[in-house]
Amino acid sequence: MKIGVCIKSTPDTSSRIQINPGGDDLSEAGVKWATSPYDMFAIEEAVQTKEATGGEVILFSASHQDTSKEVRKALALGPDSAVCIQDDGLAKADSLSFATSLAKAIEAEGCTLVFTGKRASDGNNIQVPAMVAELLGWPHVSFVTDFELDGESFKAVRAVGGGVEEVITGNLPVVITAERGLNSPRYAKLPMIVKAKKKPLATKSLADLGLTADDVAPIVTLSNYEPPAERGDCIILEGDAATTAKELVRRLREEAKVL
Amino acid sequence: MSGILVLAAHAGGTFKRTATELLGKGKELADSLGVPLFAAVLGDAPAADLGQFGASKVFVVGGDFSSYDTLHVTAALKAAVDASGATVLLAPSDFTGADAMPRLTARFRTGQATECTDLRVEGGRVVGRRPTNGGKVSADVHVSKDPAIFTVRPSSFGQPAAGGGAAEVVAVALDFAGSGLTLVESRKPETTAVDLTEAERIVSGGRSLKSKESFDSVIRPLSDALNATTGASRAAVDAHFAGHDEQVGETGKTVNPVLYIACGISGQVQHLGGMRTSKVIVAINKDPEAPIFKHATYGIVDDLFDVVPALTAEVKAALS
Ligand SMILES: Cc1cc2nc3c(=O)[nH]c(=O)nc-3n(C[C@H](O)[C@H](O)[C@H](O)COP(=O)(O)OP(=O)(O)OC[C@H]3O[C@@H](n4cnc5c(N)ncnc54)[C@H](O)[C@@H]3O)c2cc1C
Repeated sequence: MKIGVCIKSTPDTSSRIQINPGGDDLSEAGVKWATSPYDMFAIEEAVQTKEATGGEVILFSASHQDTSKEVRKALALGPDSAVCIQDDGLAKADSLSFATSLAKAIEAEGCTLVFTGKRASDGNNIQVPAMVAELLGWPHVSFVTDFELDGESFKAVRAVGGGVEEVITGNLPVVITAERGLNSPRYAKLPMIVKAKKKPLATKSLADLGLTADDVAPIVTLSNYEPPAERGDCIILEGDAATTAKELVRRLREEAKVL
Repeated sequence: MSGILVLAAHAGGTFKRTATELLGKGKELADSLGVPLFAAVLGDAPAADLGQFGASKVFVVGGDFSSYDTLHVTAALKAAVDASGATVLLAPSDFTGADAMPRLTARFRTGQATECTDLRVEGGRVVGRRPTNGGKVSADVHVSKDPAIFTVRPSSFGQPAAGGGAAEVVAVALDFAGSGLTLVESRKPETTAVDLTEAERIVSGGRSLKSKESFDSVIRPLSDALNATTGASRAAVDAHFAGHDEQVGETGKTVNPVLYIACGISGQVQHLGGMRTSKVIVAINKDPEAPIFKHATYGIVDDLFDVVPALTAEVKAALS
């Protein structure tokens, strides 16, 4: 069985996000790239599934940039090989462009089970995983906190909000999106990092996947980037706990009108 | 044909606040575009009532939607959009918004703007505004194809006043063969609080609570008194003071309440990413230099173990 994992290189969550002059783009200068945090749960789950049932794990990434550094790091966590889709045609990609590219590559490799993070830490769109599933014609299960595979059938627990968890069963193929709590991702040890250097990493263009620039032409565009609106100065309430508590309730009722 | 279609979410036949909220905003956008406002309802709910909030027609997809099935919901929404001829679809950014909406977007080969906090009309099209990169920036989102799909963070807009007559109800036929997935069990939590992403009030606790016991005895009572939902920082979740689904932040839930009370939370950028659009933020922290104060509306520099119980008592007295 071939297990795919879609991962995205995104600015490290502690990094400063800078807006390009004109406001229609974010600067990529000086950004420290890392695999998006939720994707780490997806990688771990794929590797654990392989360890339990056999098979191989293939990483997929799609970008206009060279992501091989982050992908190489991810290979040290246990996957067997990687396909990096890299093409200038993805410079303005929207979710559907990425999903179209990833679905093609997944299909070409013959995967029947795909894990992804539930959302990427840059665009925060929560779109690509479900779109990949739709384009492949597979079902998907979102926000999964527990996953078990038994032959061709799986059981997944998804967090649907409000603390409610639903247990879903079905058969492969399927796309699973990883929620926190699915597992505890391992850290790469030195021998794994050394081994990862020799693992196959194929770089593919859109043309290699049989796609044209038109197939991935973006429908969604972003403009007018701004830093979040500044709040007015914080009003610090003075006094002992009884006083500040009383004053806060008064202000929340009379001034902010939220109680 | 054209029009704005609002997914009117309901729980067992009672419309959610997001349904009326989105109809209110949808009406404004529809009027400005000069197109009709429609609603889509999946399953059994008093559809005609939505006329009070400006919907001229309500497209009702019949069938049993009481247990959620992604492919069933996607097919139903596709049928409702097709039947209405709508060029814009508005839906709340709840679980359905996150799970089914991108599938629908791919099925139409169109585009979607996720978790918008504002919508407006520009150049004859609806444009969304949304935070991205964990709330570090926000941007306008343009969808160049129809239907243009927008999911909206609950509580982004006010509730409209009711008025006007009943809407015309249009039954939409759906031929759905089944998804192959089976929902075998639904595990409900003990609490009845609304989900963080839809909550109007949130009380969150951090690492400073020191134990699950004190999280339960200090944070949750304030939450209960305010009829709020409880949240937590990642540090508190990692220490098992609170559940995974209670984490607020860049790798937790993105919330948009009217009131967010952060108790003993430093306000690191990853936490802020999940809550900075909250309308009123209260910070209770004993360190006057804690970054959270830069983003708060009201601050109390004191020990939370003194302030929070006092606040709980005040709130109880005020709301009783
Ligand atoms: C990739 C990545 C993703 C992350 N995602 C998230 C996320 O989604 N959500 C999230 O929250 N964090 C996230 N973090 C972690 C984040 O960086 C912080 O470590 C975390 O938010 C800190 O939690 P805290 O505020 O509870 O703890 P601390 O930062 O330790 O702050 C505790 C605060 O409590 C105050 N305090 C202590 N005792 C008291 C008292 N008795 N009374 C009053 N105040 C007191 C202190 O002054 C301090 O300000 C992420 C980090 C990384 C690297």
